[in-house]
Amino acid sequence: MQQLQQDIIVVGGGGAGLRAAIAAAEANPKLQVALLSKVYPMRSHTVAAEGGAAAVTLTEDSLAAHFQDTVSGSDWLAEQDVAAYFVKHAYQELVQLERWGCPWSRKADGSVQVRRFGGMKTERTWFAADRTGFHILHTLFQTSLRYPSIHRFDEYFVLDLLVVEQRIAGVLAIQFSTGQLVQIRAKAVILATGGAGRVFHYNTNGGIVTGDGMALAYRHGVALRDMEFVQYHPTGLPGSGILITEACRGEGGILLNKDGYRYLQDYGLGPETPVGQPKNKYMELGPRDKLSQAFWQQQQLGLTGDYQGHAVVYLDLRHLGKAHLASRLPFICELANAYVNIDPASQPIPIRPAVHYTMGGILTDINCQTSISGLFAVGECASVGLHGANRLGSNSLSELLVFGKVAGEQAAAQAEQANIAPFSAVAGQCQRQQSYISSLFADSCSDSSVAIRTELTLAMEQGCGIYRDNAGMQLCLNRLQALKDRFQQLKVTDNSNLFNSALLQHLELGFGLDVAETICRSALARTESRGAHQRLDQGMTTRNDTDFLQHSLALRQQDGSAAISWQPVTITSLPPAARHYGSQASGSPGNDTTGSSQ
Amino acid sequence: MNKSISIARYHPEQDNQPRLQAYQVQSDHSTSVLDALLQVQQQDPSLGFRWSCRMAICGSCGVMVNGIPKLGCKTFLRDYPDELTVSALAHFAVEKDLIVDMQPFLQHLNAVKPYLINSEQSAEPHRQTPAQLAKYQQFANCINCGLCYSACPQFGLNPEFLGPAAITLAQRYNLDSRDQGKAARMPQLNGKNGVWSCTFVGFCSDVCPKKVDPAAAINQGKVASAGDFIISMFKS
Repeated sequence: MQQLQQDIIVVGGGGAGLRAAIAAAEANPKLQVALLSKVYPMRSHTVAAEGGAAAVTLTEDSLAAHFQDTVSGSDWLAEQDVAAYFVKHAYQELVQLERWGCPWSRKADGSVQVRRFGGMKTERTWFAADRTGFHILHTLFQTSLRYPSIHRFDEYFVLDLLVVEQRIAGVLAIQFSTGQLVQIRAKAVILATGGAGRVFHYNTNGGIVTGDGMALAYRHGVALRDMEFVQYHPTGLPGSGILITEACRGEGGILLNKDGYRYLQDYGLGPETPVGQPKNKYMELGPRDKLSQAFWQQQQLGLTGDYQGHAVVYLDLRHLGKAHLASRLPFICELANAYVNIDPASQPIPIRPAVHYTMGGILTDINCQTSISGLFAVGECASVGLHGANRLGSNSLSELLVFGKVAGEQAAAQAEQANIAPFSAVAGQCQRQQSYISSLFADSCSDSSVAIRTELTLAMEQGCGIYRDNAGMQLCLNRLQALKDRFQQLKVTDNSNLFNSALLQHLELGFGLDVAETICRSALARTESRGAHQRLDQGMTTRNDTDFLQHSLALRQQDGSAAISWQPVTITSLPPAARHYGSQASGSPGNDTTGSSQ
Repeated sequence: MNKSISIARYHPEQDNQPRLQAYQVQSDHSTSVLDALLQVQQQDPSLGFRWSCRMAICGSCGVMVNGIPKLGCKTFLRDYPDELTVSALAHFAVEKDLIVDMQPFLQHLNAVKPYLINSEQSAEPHRQTPAQLAKYQQFANCINCGLCYSACPQFGLNPEFLGPAAITLAQRYNLDSRDQGKAARMPQLNGKNGVWSCTFVGFCSDVCPKKVDPAAAINQGKVASAGDFIISMFKS
């Protein structure tokens, strides 16, 4: 087993990990920063974010307004101190990206252009056409090349965190290309491993989004917070789930049912706005949870259309015209053409909700610090507390920049004063992992990781979907338990050392099963409806602040199952109120632009 | 319907050289080459290939399809009614099955200083008009998939050639109104493995899945390099 030492290890080379690595390198160039990723950094799933990144930009906008939109969008489950910090620092982070070369779309005078986004009362979403995540990721990756203290470990897969007496000591990883185990000891570790959308069957996520970091932390006793809140993006392509950005609606796209009716007006988002005149927080610019729920309601009423066996509604962009589509939504045109053979300038795009984002994740404080000293988490794998029960589109790209910087600086501060754990302290743990990996191989196995994974994703889709009920979730939980039992017997039949994807898929499946269970158990425990968690059970169909103005915490038990406990929400300036969109929004606290939250 | 697909398999722990192996996959109108590879992997978990986003933006799944560099996720079986052979990207060392060694590619990217060089500090964004943005925007859309390297006969002959993507990235920054780093990049572009190694076959632009047009970037690089040369003659 190879042994290495670094000061800081960043696990994950997406937007959050790269931003953290750069921040650490800038904070102290003497610190050696290892950037480990199971893929080359520019393959990370940040690359697929399309629409944009939010920050208060226009003079008529205010930090208080962005704060209120975020808190109201979260159905009051956001940590308000975190939301306040976020809105205050988002602008400077987007400017920093600009200074590093990000090709933001511009107005005629050369200033940065902002677009409308769902649940935001003012235009504040910066964008680079409809490839914003791609450009952010590549800008960060290319910028990271300037820092000699950042050492990349491309295609290294982390098997375990090394923890000594509740203090992080490093990671144990496997080098994909050789199959060699590598122990890297360090003074601080940042998890930036992304979400877990791949535990659902229909999702917008890349194949790599398997919840690894969440499970790594969870297995060491760190709580996963708010895991029941899984975002269905309202507009994925049928079947594949490929993302069709919310920016389509920001630019004026409309949603139609099979009869050509703009059904959102029936779900508290109206009145209907004129075609070609999108209005913030109305109709198609409502938040994602409400829009995905409206799809489900239409499906129950038999008002959805059919696309090759998939229930769909239609995203109509025709009125935007070819030229506007080419300049603002070129990637969407490319995707629609390639994957559903449709030219959006002449035909509506069939779409349906698909799992997109895990609002919950590894519990951290506002400094991205977890309950293990020196272990930080940031980005989609983390729950710093910004998104609560529903994330607003374009808040997550800004989040990974704002809190990526925080995590990098905090880790640097930690590394400056901590010591490297001695080899003897982690040797036993490494030995156990090595034995475990060796025990996974066999010449044959009657089961397969593909079979278990498929059943896992279908169980989650059926039991923990847009609307949930007790019976469905109990069934899901039983299925998960049976799958976990099967997983215990599962073997890897490819015994090659080099690039063993079968082994990695096996390990990812184990991570996914753990994460799925926390989602299901947290959802069962929350006997109310809030944000992206909607229950059909009697007495649970509305928000219940008396009992559930609280975060769920999933903690791993001795027997490997998750126990759920509760944590109060930090409320600083915006007391819970009804969440209104459309015409109901006028005058509600969530729509109040006066006063200051800072 | 059933479709036969041949895959160039190579396990260095067992094979001396790649060998073709045929598989049957289920195919409909929407089945991509990547979908087919995932099906094959269900039959044989030892098949090695890279993939992630399956929406033509992460750049992982470049392969040769009937000898032409393609993104697996954006290439469809419906377009290959006859034979279909998938092999690893040409001109890179094959490490296992369809997985190639991308390190030379990354080293070439790194060599051109692919980042904005500008020492000014400010808390506000630069101004950049849509026209200034348009000068380099297309070249900023490279997803680093490496298809252009597999298409490039010069890179095939001389692996030290910076190659289409790296030169495009250099041009992307050289043409950016916010950048002051052109002088730092020109020695690489002017050098023996820079723009002048290109014989302007143009196949790199044909295979680019994002219409980045690296051949145009290289041609512009030649113009810049020639200008650089003339200026340096006057200076000396």
